[in-house]
Amino acid sequence: MIYADNAATTKMSNEAVRVMVSVMEETYGNPSSLYSIGQRAKEVLEQARADVASVIGAEAKEITFTSGGSEADNQAIRSAALLGAAKGKKHIISSAFEHHAVLHTLNKLAGEGFEVTLLPVHENGIVVPKEVEEAIREDTCLVTIMFANNEIGTIQPIREIGSICRSKGVLFHTDAVQAVGHLPINVTEDNIDLLSASGHKFHGPKGVGFLYARKGVRLSSLIEGGAQERSKRAGTENVPGIAAMAAALKESAASMEKASAVTKARRDRLIAGLSEIPHAALNGDPDRRLPGNVSFCFEGIEGESLLLLLDDKGIMASSGSACTSGSLDPSHVLLAIGRVHDVAHGSLRLTINEETSDADIESIITAVKEVVSYLRGFSPVWRDLTEGKAKHIL
Amino acid sequence: MALYSEKVMDHFRNPRNVGVIGDANGIGEVGNAKCGDIMKMYLKIENDIVEDVKFETFGCGSAIASSSMATEMIKGKPLSEAMQLTNKAVAEALDGLPDYKMHCSVLAEEAIRNAIDDYYKKKEQNENA
Repeated sequence: MIYADNAATTKMSNEAVRVMVSVMEETYGNPSSLYSIGQRAKEVLEQARADVASVIGAEAKEITFTSGGSEADNQAIRSAALLGAAKGKKHIISSAFEHHAVLHTLNKLAGEGFEVTLLPVHENGIVVPKEVEEAIREDTCLVTIMFANNEIGTIQPIREIGSICRSKGVLFHTDAVQAVGHLPINVTEDNIDLLSASGHKFHGPKGVGFLYARKGVRLSSLIEGGAQERSKRAGTENVPGIAAMAAALKESAASMEKASAVTKARRDRLIAGLSEIPHAALNGDPDRRLPGNVSFCFEGIEGESLLLLLDDKGIMASSGSACTSGSLDPSHVLLAIGRVHDVAHGSLRLTINEETSDADIESIITAVKEVVSYLRGFSPVWRDLTEGKAKHIL
Repeated sequence: MALYSEKVMDHFRNPRNVGVIGDANGIGEVGNAKCGDIMKMYLKIENDIVEDVKFETFGCGSAIASSSMATEMIKGKPLSEAMQLTNKAVAEALDGLPDYKMHCSVLAEEAIRNAIDDYYKKKEQNENA
C-alpha cells in the first residue's frame, strides 16, 4: 500500500500515539480540578501550549487550542470581523482559492453586511502582494490568505503580505493548516496576527488544532460555557489530543529540514515522471509549492475513476473532480487557477512525505501512466481530441 | 460501508461491451465534459433486435458501471424491450447507486434512447431516399 494523501490527513507518529495513550491512562484528570491529578493534567496542557508556541515563535499565552483547523479559521475571522465592525470597518480581503472553512465563513459574513474582496491567484496559484496592497481600503479590517494551498500546494508570500497589512494597520490571518510542521514559520518575522493549524496534518491526532492570536488581538468565543482557554473556548480541554499534537509538532519541527529536502527530491521526480504523460499539466508553481505536493490535470479522463483504479493498485490519492465532491462543479481551486471545467474534472493530487520511498514514487508513476492510458482508451472525450474533433487544451 | 456495491465495482473494473461499432446504425451521446460525464452508445440493430451494443464513457466509477450494465441489459433484446429500459432498472441491477450518483444511471437510459432515436431517424431517411 502506498499512502499518498498526506494533505487529507497523516498517520499519527509513534511518539504522538505514545503521549496520547499515556495522558489518557495516567493524566486523565480535568485541568480545571484542584486535586493533584487535575493539576497534573493542567501542567500537561500548559507544557503543550509552550511547546506549540515555541515552534512558531509565539508566546504560550498567544495559543488557543481548538477542535481543529476549521474551528480556528472560523474563530479567527469572526473575531477580526467583530473587532472591525466595532470601528465601522466591514471590508475583508481574501483569495479565490481559500479552504471552505474560510470561504464559507466569509460568505456568512457577507450576508451579515460585510464586503468581501477575493483576490485572484493567477495561473501559478500565488497571490500577488501588490494586489493585496491595492485592495486595502480605509474600511478594511482583515486580510486572510492561506499559507499554502491544500490542493495544489502553492506557498503564498506570507511575509510580504503580512508586512503590507502591518504597515496599513490591518489584521492579517493565515490558514496555515497545510504549512505548520512542513514549512518554517515564525509569526513575528512573518508579520502574522492570527494563524490556524490542525494537528492531524503533521502526524498528530484528528479533532485538535490551535489558533495563534498575537498579544492584543482580542478573540471572541464561538462556544459559550466555562472559562477554559482564558474564556476564549469553553469546554473541557482535549488534553490527550493536545499533548499528542504538541509532541507531533515538536518532532516535525526537529526533522523538518531533512525531511523537506528528501521529500522535495522525490516530489520533483514524481512531477517529472507524470509530465511524460501526453496532454497532462502540473497545477500550480513548480517550485513555490509544499515539499510533498504533486497536483496534475489529465485531459480526457475523469478523476474519480482514476482514484478508484489507483486504489485497486494500492495507491491512495485524491482528486478535485466533481464526482469526488458530490456536486457538479469541480474544485474551486482548479477553477481559480484557470483550469476549465473539462480539464479540472481530470485532476489528481498526490501528497507524499519523507516515508514515501523512491520505489513508491516509481510505482506511482507506472500506475498513473497505465490507468490514464486505460481510461483514455474508452473515453469519448479523448476520442474527439485525438480525432481532431476537439482541441487539446493541455 | 463502501461507496459502491460490489456489482458496481465489478462493472467498473471489468466493463462489458466497451468500445466502438464501426458500422453502428444507431449512435447516441449524452452529457457534457463540463459536468464531468459523457456517454456514447453504439447500436447495431437488425430485424428490430439489438444485435450488438458498445459504449464509450468519460466519467466516474458509477457512470462507467451504469454504461456497462445498461449495455448488458439490452444486448440481444428486441428493440421494443430496449426502449423500455429505465434508469431505475439499471441502478437496481447494480444493487443500487448512492443518491447523488443516480444521474449516472439516467445518462445510461438517455444514451440508449438517443441511440435508438438515431436508428429510427436514419431508417426513415433511408426509406425516404
